[in-house]
Amino acid sequence: MFGWEFPPHILGGLGTASFGLTRGMALQPDMDITFVIPKPHGDEDQSFLKIIGACNTPVVWRDIDWDTLEKRFGSYMSPQQYYDLRSHIYADFRYLYTNDLGCIEFSGRYPDNLLEEINNYSICAGVIARTEEFDIIHSHDWLTYPAGIHAKSVTGKPLVIHVHATDFDRSRGNVNPDVYRIEKDGMDNADHIICVSNLTRNTVINNYHQDPAKVSTVHNAVEPVSREIEEIEPIRHTQQKIVTFLGRITMQKGPEYFVEAAYRVLQKTDKVRFVMAGSGDMMDAMIRLAAKRGIADKFHFPGFQKGKQVYTMLKSSDVYIMPSVSEPFGISPLEAMQVGVPSIISKQSGCAEILDNVIKTDYWDIDAIADAIYSIVTYPAMYKYLREQGKAEVDEIKWEYAGQKVRKIYDQVLGR
Amino acid sequence: MKTICFYFQIHQPFRLKRYRFFDIGEDHYYYDDFTNEQIMQRVAASSFLPANELLLELIKAHGGKLRVAFSISGVALDQLEQYAPEVIESFQALAKTGCVELLAETYAHSLSSVMDEDEFRLQVKQQQKHIERLFGVKPKAFRNTELIYSDEIGDIIYSLGFKTVITDGAKAVLGWKSPNFVYQSATNPNLKILLKNNKLSDDVAFRFSNYDWSEYPLTADKFIDWIARTPDNEQVVNLFMNYETFGNLQPRESGIFEFLRALPTFALKQGIEFLTPSEVALKLKAVGPISMPNPISWADEENDLSSWMGNDLQREALNKLYSVSERVRLCKDHRLRQDWNYLQTSDHFFYMSTKQFTDGGLYKYFSPYDSPFDAFTNYMNVLSDFMERVEAQYPSTVDNEELNSLLTTIENQEKTIASLEKEVRQLRRSGGKTAKAAKPAKAAAKPKAVAKPAKAAAKPAKKK
Repeated sequence: MFGWEFPPHILGGLGTASFGLTRGMALQPDMDITFVIPKPHGDEDQSFLKIIGACNTPVVWRDIDWDTLEKRFGSYMSPQQYYDLRSHIYADFRYLYTNDLGCIEFSGRYPDNLLEEINNYSICAGVIARTEEFDIIHSHDWLTYPAGIHAKSVTGKPLVIHVHATDFDRSRGNVNPDVYRIEKDGMDNADHIICVSNLTRNTVINNYHQDPAKVSTVHNAVEPVSREIEEIEPIRHTQQKIVTFLGRITMQKGPEYFVEAAYRVLQKTDKVRFVMAGSGDMMDAMIRLAAKRGIADKFHFPGFQKGKQVYTMLKSSDVYIMPSVSEPFGISPLEAMQVGVPSIISKQSGCAEILDNVIKTDYWDIDAIADAIYSIVTYPAMYKYLREQGKAEVDEIKWEYAGQKVRKIYDQVLGR
Repeated sequence: MKTICFYFQIHQPFRLKRYRFFDIGEDHYYYDDFTNEQIMQRVAASSFLPANELLLELIKAHGGKLRVAFSISGVALDQLEQYAPEVIESFQALAKTGCVELLAETYAHSLSSVMDEDEFRLQVKQQQKHIERLFGVKPKAFRNTELIYSDEIGDIIYSLGFKTVITDGAKAVLGWKSPNFVYQSATNPNLKILLKNNKLSDDVAFRFSNYDWSEYPLTADKFIDWIARTPDNEQVVNLFMNYETFGNLQPRESGIFEFLRALPTFALKQGIEFLTPSEVALKLKAVGPISMPNPISWADEENDLSSWMGNDLQREALNKLYSVSERVRLCKDHRLRQDWNYLQTSDHFFYMSTKQFTDGGLYKYFSPYDSPFDAFTNYMNVLSDFMERVEAQYPSTVDNEELNSLLTTIENQEKTIASLEKEVRQLRRSGGKTAKAAKPAKAAAKPKAVAKPAKAAAKPAKKK
């Protein structure tokens, strides 16, 4: 598998999904997974798969002794692996900038020279594909499609690509031609395409002109909440109800609809507070909008939340809201439901396809959003029902099942 | 001799319009007139009118040997009067033939039988009166909303003077017994119970135009043959169904009207007669008692009340609604009473059922809402406004008994005033100089004005 992120060092939902899926698939006894990421940090959980870092893959032959390698990355990759990879360097890459081990440096993030990093990743993928034994190639998101294609052309093994998002979601239609080209190329060369929702599947079919027969939907799932998270105590200072938005404050997430809905709710009742946690390019505009509506005293912007803070915030909320304009899947409402917070999501979110015990509205329907918020904070039966049934429902959405679906697709592609 | 007992259900709820929380306290009109009118007129044109016409024709053609029963909910009658008065007329024509029995039910098609006994009694009487006013006959047999029945409900019905009741032939209750007999209530032996023959009723109502059904197509002679071939001692086949089966649920082009047209001919040829529920109860003896400790209904597989009160949302809404029932009954405001009735209609709670997540079709077909949560929110918003109005009439700070005694005092005062006024008039007539006596009477009239301000306020607000 080619991926870009892997917990604990993640930047977005891609890492979480990669982790969950591989863990779910690893439950199948005959499944061995090798997962390639640009830059491992060494603290990744390798108990159920093998991680190879592109940054530790030599592309230029250097004579290095075992002890040096052991010191450099011995804790998470064996020197023998390095030697194996080194024996499969397939071209002269001395024109590239490499370090003393003959490896290319990666940031493992989304730097400005992202296209270059993607290309380098693909070069390393060539070495890895020649070294490792495997039956199928699985690429997560457009960053790793070129690597997947490369591996496929070298080995002739089938390529499955996993679409976690398309540029149409990220840009609201204002597509970057470079990204589109890479995405389209990946899809054209794939033997099968897995999408995280029917919404994404439709985008892939309609905007990337793919044959519907080779495009399947495998919805994401959630990891069960850990003990640590379960023990987090909610913080409640007031008797007031709290409605929370958590995510990047960008156009894609529809924050302005949340502010407008809050304004309507506050006209009728003042026992509610609203929280917009996160950061993003629309944050300042949202602060101004809240002030303009005269609700700044009830509308709070605590900024970007990470790790445990996210769960503290969720647990302290009475309502979770995700009014996304376009969301390929959207895992956060599932996480809110796991800790018993009733959720309101837009019908334009992929997760709306699999959730029943949430309130779904159109992202633009401010009245409906406001009505839903009011209903949950006013009618105890509604709160209680969504809290209990929502949790019960989401506890049944397991990566294990998603993994089984992926396996079926593998078997189909391999003609088994 | 075998008997077919037909009973057709007619009901349409007053669907609520989209009512947001910011409308609470501002807007006191709750109904989606456009949808209600549209649906009622469509159903009337596709189903009620042609079916009525056909029945009338058949009754005449067979010299009154075809006999059927109808149960028309009060809310449906209100809508018919409003949107399709010609249907009322055609029912009146049917009623005149004497071959049609009209059944009693709750006026509001409500769940009051399991929620609030006083309200239940009141609604049954209200419905009886309504039917009598429109059709000139007082209903004698009873069928409850969605055929809900239990021994307890049977007791109430019996005490209201009914001797016949209709309910579902639920497997859970019947077990090995056949629904094709008349039973008697275990608690009131004089109350006869007719049970729906689920298989044969649903063959017509649900499977008639189903191509996948092994018996498709269902013809009248085949259907009558099935009935004729039931064991000899089985006396009656109760075919209970929604009247919309004819022309709406089973569209005209499925041949359902032709099926109905041919049915009496084949039945009479086989020596099967038609009787209405009351006639069946009169003619046939009960074969034994049947006990139903838990309420049953004709809905879904479970035949219980879970479609209306199966989840917390539904129970909350129902409890909230009936928490004000005593208050509302004290009110005299016509509009408030009307809203009270319309809000009790069982359909509102049906829309909140979360069973649709697993068993979607039926709920999605009937519900005007996207989801049960949507239905709940909308209903609760409306109910909040309604409860505010009740509260405005009689604040909850005054408890019911106190209020009741106050109202009685006012009522008595009114009576006193009336008699005093009468006296004054008499005195005036007898001698002009006694006019002064009128003054104290006027002063006493004040509480009357306090008691009835809402009536004047409500009337202009009622929309067409």
